Amino acid sequence: MGFDYGKYIRPGKLPHIWCPGCGHGIVMKGLIRAIDSVGFSKDMTSIVSGIGCASRLPGYVDFCTLHTTHGRGVAFATGIKMAKPEMNVICVGGDGDGVAIGGNHFIHACRRNIDITYLIMNNNIYGMTGGQFSPTTPTGAKASTTPYGNPDPPFDIAKLAIGAGATFVARGTAFHAAQIDKLLAEAMRHKGFSVVEILDSCPTTYGRRNKYKSVIEMMNHLKDVAVPLSAAEKMTAEQLRGKVITGVLYKENKPEYASEYRKLVERVQAG
Amino acid sequence: MSKKVAFMQGNEACAHGAIYAGCRFFAGYPITPSTEVAEVLSAELPKVGGSFIQMEDEIGAMAAVIGASLTGVKALTATSGPGFSLKQENIGYACITEVPCVIINVMRGGPSTGMPTGPSQSDVMQAKWGTHGDHPAICLVPASVQELFTETVRAFNLSEKFRTPVTVMPDEIVGHMRERIVFPEPGELEVVNRPAPTVPPADYRPYDTSFGDVPPLAAFGSGYRFHVTGLNKAEDGFPTTRAGIVQAEEERQVRKIEKATDEIVTWEEYLLDDADIAIVAFGSTSRSARFAVNEARKHGIRAGLFRIITYWPFPEKQIADLASRVKAIITPEMNLGMTLHEVRRCVKGMTPVSGIFRVDGEPIGPAQILAGIREVM
Ligand SMILES: Cc1ncc(C[n+]2csc(CCOP(=O)(O)OP(=O)(O)O)c2C)c(N)n1
Ligand code: SF4
Ligand SMILES: [Mg+2]
Repeated sequence: MGFDYGKYIRPGKLPHIWCPGCGHGIVMKGLIRAIDSVGFSKDMTSIVSGIGCASRLPGYVDFCTLHTTHGRGVAFATGIKMAKPEMNVICVGGDGDGVAIGGNHFIHACRRNIDITYLIMNNNIYGMTGGQFSPTTPTGAKASTTPYGNPDPPFDIAKLAIGAGATFVARGTAFHAAQIDKLLAEAMRHKGFSVVEILDSCPTTYGRRNKYKSVIEMMNHLKDVAVPLSAAEKMTAEQLRGKVITGVLYKENKPEYASEYRKLVERVQAG
Repeated sequence: MSKKVAFMQGNEACAHGAIYAGCRFFAGYPITPSTEVAEVLSAELPKVGGSFIQMEDEIGAMAAVIGASLTGVKALTATSGPGFSLKQENIGYACITEVPCVIINVMRGGPSTGMPTGPSQSDVMQAKWGTHGDHPAICLVPASVQELFTETVRAFNLSEKFRTPVTVMPDEIVGHMRERIVFPEPGELEVVNRPAPTVPPADYRPYDTSFGDVPPLAAFGSGYRFHVTGLNKAEDGFPTTRAGIVQAEEERQVRKIEKATDEIVTWEEYLLDDADIAIVAFGSTSRSARFAVNEARKHGIRAGLFRIITYWPFPEKQIADLASRVKAIITPEMNLGMTLHEVRRCVKGMTPVSGIFRVDGEPIGPAQILAGIREVM
């Protein structure tokens, strides 16, 4: 029997704004399956986003949803979690939203290790504004603002998250749809700041300019570059060139910020 | 039982006023001359079960405050000039989403880094026009330590009642000066809490105008599920580009404050009954003005003071009325003529209005105002 997404999709809010072939819809379905599998209640779950195509996700799903300002989703989510720690807080957004304009909030949420799951849909481009390069656009790639090829080196979001102190970091792809919910469910069960980067596709503004002839070709690219961590461990650096490692890349148990703060409150109140 | 009396700094009184008002969340980023508000709340909030968080910047602080408020908690941030500028995008977000919150902006010199430790009154226009788009604004400008306490309480009340951000703007002198304060007893000052929705969750719409221009706001995690977006939205909270709906929602958001102007606007009149010359001033400048008025009267000049307490909405009617009663109006202020402009707009040429401006980080003293009074005589 197929999974019933209808339980979590808001009546009358589909069709979504995403283009045919956009990976964001695949990721949204994975997120819904993940929430269902961990059993988060709709009333006690908040889904927060910034601005961008990816950030339109919260409007479609039936939770306490907050579509905020560009790059600031994690900071709004931090306020929710601190004020009401019993809520499950999930933040979603794109690569531009998360690691360009929102980069500061991102690294500091990692550092605090606040119990928020952050899903980044990384399509290597600013999709919503028509395909300007983002901090994850590969060097040399074409974007509307890199007509001669991108001069910038890209971020590795997972490494950035680990370096900044996130205690759960995973990576998947929109091609490996069945893995998305597993990674997200594990992230949601983790107590601390968990980052799940899903390599995504924007055929409309990225594929077109970078010689991907079709949506299928873009998806095949995701399939080709992804190497599961277990396989990667047996490969040489040479073999790993141009590949992207997927799976749970980092996991560590550390004191969680919001609950540590509650302990502080109890201590102060006890005198 | 005798009342609790203390000798304390304005910013400290502000923090205590916030606690009195029921504030249980603070997010901020340190900046002179507002930092004491954060420092005091970092100590006081845990005592009452609240939360304090020092964010990575003012943008994040404003965001966290709005997020916290959506869970039903009264939330505050405090900042000064440059930080106030950084918060503007998210203040606009709180306006359009109609999320109550309070912003303390202790005014220092500007633009840019300006004079971090110097007093100023040059953010009054930013308090109204700082964020883009049409939006309502409420801004309170206290002039004493006691008033910084009570106006902080009133700011929370107004923000809860009208579902809108409210800014409290002491100048640096009011924020940093120390004077006597008498703490109001619990229950002595009114404390307003936002009304919870009365409809069942399935029927809830976050901007349901059948409840009037200020529809009830549900809290996240209270059994009501709804969507909040900074896009133009319909009464159900979801984005829309339908012209009629967008127009109606925008107009309602501005109207809800405009039509409550008489309820919101506060001011104080001092020796204006027989005055020929009215000083229109606020904050620490109004304290100098009071001295100057007394001095002038000793020399037979009938001067009086109109002290602005609510800067936005501006006391338009009251200033127009004042203009019909006096021969001249003077606006001393620590900026280059923001209030002058606003007063002239209200006076409509009925009475000459002149200004005394100072932006060098020095307060405007009684002598300077007295000289100004002599000049217009
Ligand atoms: C403060 C601000 N700056 C710029 C924009 C314009 N803008 C909207 S979405 C976007 C980029 C979104 O890219 P990403 O987060 O990668 O999401 P995608 O559309 O690719 O899913 C930009 C630059 C904005 N809305 N707000
Ligand atoms: S522009 Fe790109 S990211 Fe945006 S909806 Fe279309 S395909 Fe998806
Ligand atoms: Mg993108």
